[in-house]
Amino acid sequence: MTEKKLTKGNIALAEGAIQAGCRFYFGYPITPQNDIPEYLARNLPKNGGTFIPAESEIASINMVMGASASGKRAMTSSSGPGISLMQEGISYLAGSEMPAVIVNIMRCGPGLGGIAPTQGDYNQAVHGGGHGDYRNIVLAPGSVQEMFDLTIRAFELADKYRNPTMIIADAMIGQFQEPCRLTPEKPVEFPEKPWALTGRKGRSPRLLKSLYLGDYEQEEHNLFLKKKYDEIQENEVMVEMQNLDDAELIIVAFGTPARVAKTAISLARAEGLKVGLIRPITLFPFPVKQVFEHSARVKNILVVEMNTGQMVRDVRIAAHKDAAIHFYGRPGGGFPFPDDVLGEIKKALAGGAR
Amino acid sequence: MNAIFKRPDNLTDAATHFCPGCTHGIAHRLIAEAMDELGIADRTIGIPGVGCCVFLYRYFPIDALEAPHGRAPACATGMKRAQPDRIIFAYQGDGDMAAIGTSEIIHAANRGENITVFFINNSVYGMTGGQMAPTTLLGQQTTTSPFGRDFKSEGYPIKMAEMLATLEGVAYSTRVSLHSPKHVNQAKKAIRKAFEMQINEMGFSVVEMLSTCNTNWRVSPLEALTMIEREMIPYFPLGVFKERTGKDFL
Repeated sequence: MTEKKLTKGNIALAEGAIQAGCRFYFGYPITPQNDIPEYLARNLPKNGGTFIPAESEIASINMVMGASASGKRAMTSSSGPGISLMQEGISYLAGSEMPAVIVNIMRCGPGLGGIAPTQGDYNQAVHGGGHGDYRNIVLAPGSVQEMFDLTIRAFELADKYRNPTMIIADAMIGQFQEPCRLTPEKPVEFPEKPWALTGRKGRSPRLLKSLYLGDYEQEEHNLFLKKKYDEIQENEVMVEMQNLDDAELIIVAFGTPARVAKTAISLARAEGLKVGLIRPITLFPFPVKQVFEHSARVKNILVVEMNTGQMVRDVRIAAHKDAAIHFYGRPGGGFPFPDDVLGEIKKALAGGAR
Repeated sequence: MNAIFKRPDNLTDAATHFCPGCTHGIAHRLIAEAMDELGIADRTIGIPGVGCCVFLYRYFPIDALEAPHGRAPACATGMKRAQPDRIIFAYQGDGDMAAIGTSEIIHAANRGENITVFFINNSVYGMTGGQMAPTTLLGQQTTTSPFGRDFKSEGYPIKMAEMLATLEGVAYSTRVSLHSPKHVNQAKKAIRKAFEMQINEMGFSVVEMLSTCNTNWRVSPLEALTMIEREMIPYFPLGVFKERTGKDFL
């Protein structure tokens, strides 16, 4: 059996980046993600990598862009306010089709907010954030092990689709410790990069750009990107599903609320209440088919989030038209405890208010 | 027959989008000549900012990355760190470098990033139609300073070459002009020296070039050239503000 080590979520993520072949990190301090740059400042140089404490998150994402344009794996991490500053660069990365991994260990907002665990940046990550018609690939780890494994996957997906990939986790996932296998489950994939800017020697010049001024050029580009996003939706959904076979209610939750939901589901089942779980691991692509198929049969859904219901819209779009959708959310650092969720389960099963 | 004057190898034959009379084209030609002479084009990557400089890749047959507005020095930082043996240059206008990108240029310079930045100072935002820039001269009328720039509300024109020269990481900071053959020759030498600084791993190099924007200055090309001599140079003096001669920073 592979050895497991008690590891903090943020550290597992940072080590995952190194093992994924990321050799360039650029970032600016912000709580609650500082373990990531601190670990990489110490450990990237040991692995032949470069760490720059950038002057801002704007500079960070653009340094990522420069390293990524060079064909190298590069990453930055931050939290809400810093991620907001990066949106310009993320949009350019998407428009110019450059890979990058951007980590958001979420803090509360809006504004400076608080540093308690939250999922308030779901919409920012999943439904845009920056300008223009683009999508991020968005991964939502639910354990320390997934902080490690999904970081490796994030680099693979970013390269495969030449698209920015975001990892969003609440501060709970970032800050707690769990036993974690700190070696890749399978060999890390390194796609070829025949687009990288390395100097034209022996070939014709290459260009990475997002400006299209010719008639219909931009539209053509947008439609091309849309096709890519459809392909991602078709091929890359990751989802965990539990106890759905006999379920009379499905909880949809990601990150920490999904863990709480699992406890609440055991409590419910001990009382004879048949509750199952769908945990999206990819938020884009969202597990549309899975939610549709199961809601067609169960028709009763409870969404649990640490925000005011940002994922509910995606569940609504995916779910069967006859499914009732209930929501329980604790925004701004409030925490959904298992007993609270159990209470919501009972209300939902009793046909409570939507 | 011997050709005594020809297009540089590293300048394409594309017709430029620059207005007739604009000196961007001269700057482009000088950079191409310098790449020819130094034999670096195969390993050079250009990073244009946003503005009239954005189509750099049409005119230089080299690899290029289109940076967000003002961020070219940060992109160049990531690129140079990823490929230290490549020659990386950014090409920025005055809105790009001296307004929205001040943070990125100052910190790239201060880290002593071994990159080269070409800075076109034409005292206005050219591509968007001649709005006031941080480099707009006092009293200069633009579409957004219609009564002339007033230091009481808009402050003073910012002197980038001098300011950057104060930073330890800077190897070479100079201001040249593109308004006369003599000055064009001086500009050429400065551009070449800036590339050489990078080739010799001396640190950050920047060449500020006083340039015309006759369209937005609402004058003839010829009058624009004389305005550089008459109005810009007295405020933006030409010269070398910093030149590192050895790797004394080590």
